[in-house]
Amino acid sequence: MNFYGVRAIYNFEMARMKRTVMQSVLSPVISTCLYFVVFGSAIGSRMGDIDNISYGAYIIPGLVMLSLLMQSISNASFGIYMPKFSGTIYEVLSAPVSYVEVVLGYVGAAATKSVILGLIILATARLFVDYEVLHPFWMVAFLVLTSVTFSLFGFIIGIWADGFEKLQIVPMMIVTPLVFLGGTFYSIDMLPSIWQTVSLFNPVVYLISGFRWAFYGVSDVHIGISVGMTLVFLTACMLAVWYIFKTGYRLRS
Amino acid sequence: MQPDISVQHLSKVYGDGFQALKDINLEIKRGEIFALLGPNGAGKTTLISIICGITNLSEGKVEAAGHDIVRQYRKARQSIGLVPQELNTDSFETVWNAVSFSRGLFGKAPNPEHIEKVLKDLSLWDKRNNRIMSLSGGMKRRVMIAKALSHEPQILFLDEPTAGVDVELRRDMWEMVRKLRENGVTIILTTHYIEEAEEMADRIGVIREGQIILVEEKDQLMSKLGKKELRLQLQSKLDKMPGELTLEPIELSEDGYELIYTFDSQQEQAGVARLLRTLGDLGIDYRDLQTRESSLEEIFVGLVHE
Repeated sequence: MNFYGVRAIYNFEMARMKRTVMQSVLSPVISTCLYFVVFGSAIGSRMGDIDNISYGAYIIPGLVMLSLLMQSISNASFGIYMPKFSGTIYEVLSAPVSYVEVVLGYVGAAATKSVILGLIILATARLFVDYEVLHPFWMVAFLVLTSVTFSLFGFIIGIWADGFEKLQIVPMMIVTPLVFLGGTFYSIDMLPSIWQTVSLFNPVVYLISGFRWAFYGVSDVHIGISVGMTLVFLTACMLAVWYIFKTGYRLRS
Repeated sequence: MQPDISVQHLSKVYGDGFQALKDINLEIKRGEIFALLGPNGAGKTTLISIICGITNLSEGKVEAAGHDIVRQYRKARQSIGLVPQELNTDSFETVWNAVSFSRGLFGKAPNPEHIEKVLKDLSLWDKRNNRIMSLSGGMKRRVMIAKALSHEPQILFLDEPTAGVDVELRRDMWEMVRKLRENGVTIILTTHYIEEAEEMADRIGVIREGQIILVEEKDQLMSKLGKKELRLQLQSKLDKMPGELTLEPIELSEDGYELIYTFDSQQEQAGVARLLRTLGDLGIDYRDLQTRESSLEEIFVGLVHE
């Protein structure tokens, strides 16, 4: 195990976050705060409770998930795409690090950033809305699991992308709609039954539902299914990364 | 002694079917400076990339410092430092952080004294807290060398190290390479500048169309393939070549004031004596004469155009 190698990549990526703190921390925090102000305080007071939870509190888990997914993907994809783009990837490829170690460094750093960001957003939300966390262990578990899973997903996108546009396409065109339609702002039960069925094909539904259960003990789908689906997606990402390194896809010719 | 780099029957075919290397066999001795020469696209960078682990090999076996580069890639890669051709740097990092990062990446515990020494040797110490993007091209090149030396490699690859570098830096770099060799580091450099190989290398390999066509001690190569030339400045103009001389490999300059005689340096020197005797017999006087050996550049051009 090349411990120093993993640490070097991890610290390098964390240093990048410190350099770009405005973009990678402050900007998602501010945009999430705007949601809280508009939907939580302003409009939220006129909305009815959902499952006996005030609307402002109800949307917190979904909004945290939104930031978590977007930032995990963008951190991890940028982390590996930039060396590819600038050519400094040669150093990682020629270093005595195994692919597991490369992933630990890049994905570990991206996931750490996301967890930190998620906690900051939760702390900030407290300023606007009163909420409780019924199952703190599961809350943290979902936070970490989702961060790791989507950092892995971002890592895959970063390797696949051969231009800056492709880096943006997946988070903007696919993930954002999935989060908005995944029950961030409403309960799936509120939809007509046909759309309820369609929603079940949206993987983000399971993440938000599970995360919300950790807060308030209510969920759209059973918590076991939520955990299961998250693990399925995590495994799929791991298999994809394994395939990438085994074949050298877009890394080693 | 065991070679530091051993390449056996190495072939590389890229995904698009292009065969970049064909059955390469090469051994590089510990502590020598080996220059790999070849025209653009001959396979120099592919060969280096395979040894360093950046490109996968298609067939064959490569060992670095006695370790198989596939099965024992950790030990093999730990022994290698690479300075690639392109100036690829982390623009936003400071020099110190970038060089320290490289050391960690190669599995070595932090050692600020070593990093300090490397930076000082490369005249980068004053710039250690500067972001790399603020440095000049030559300074960036030094940073890349510092990164490659950060983990104290046994083998150093320099891929076109002096391309686009000013004279001062080139001299500095040659000096640095000599010092490294004194410390027992094996150095492999590819270059377009034949004078560089001529100045530095112990041995020279020539690669053409993915094949190694020659590996020789530099001095032997120069004497074996080198042509010598004797130029005689004549006292008076010759209108045409005297018939007695037409059998010799000799030419008359256009103005008729110079005779140019070329011969292999290995060939017995009798040719020169015979020529001078013949000139004496013919009553052709000369003011001055010079001999010179052909440079490696001429040898190289001769080889790759064969």
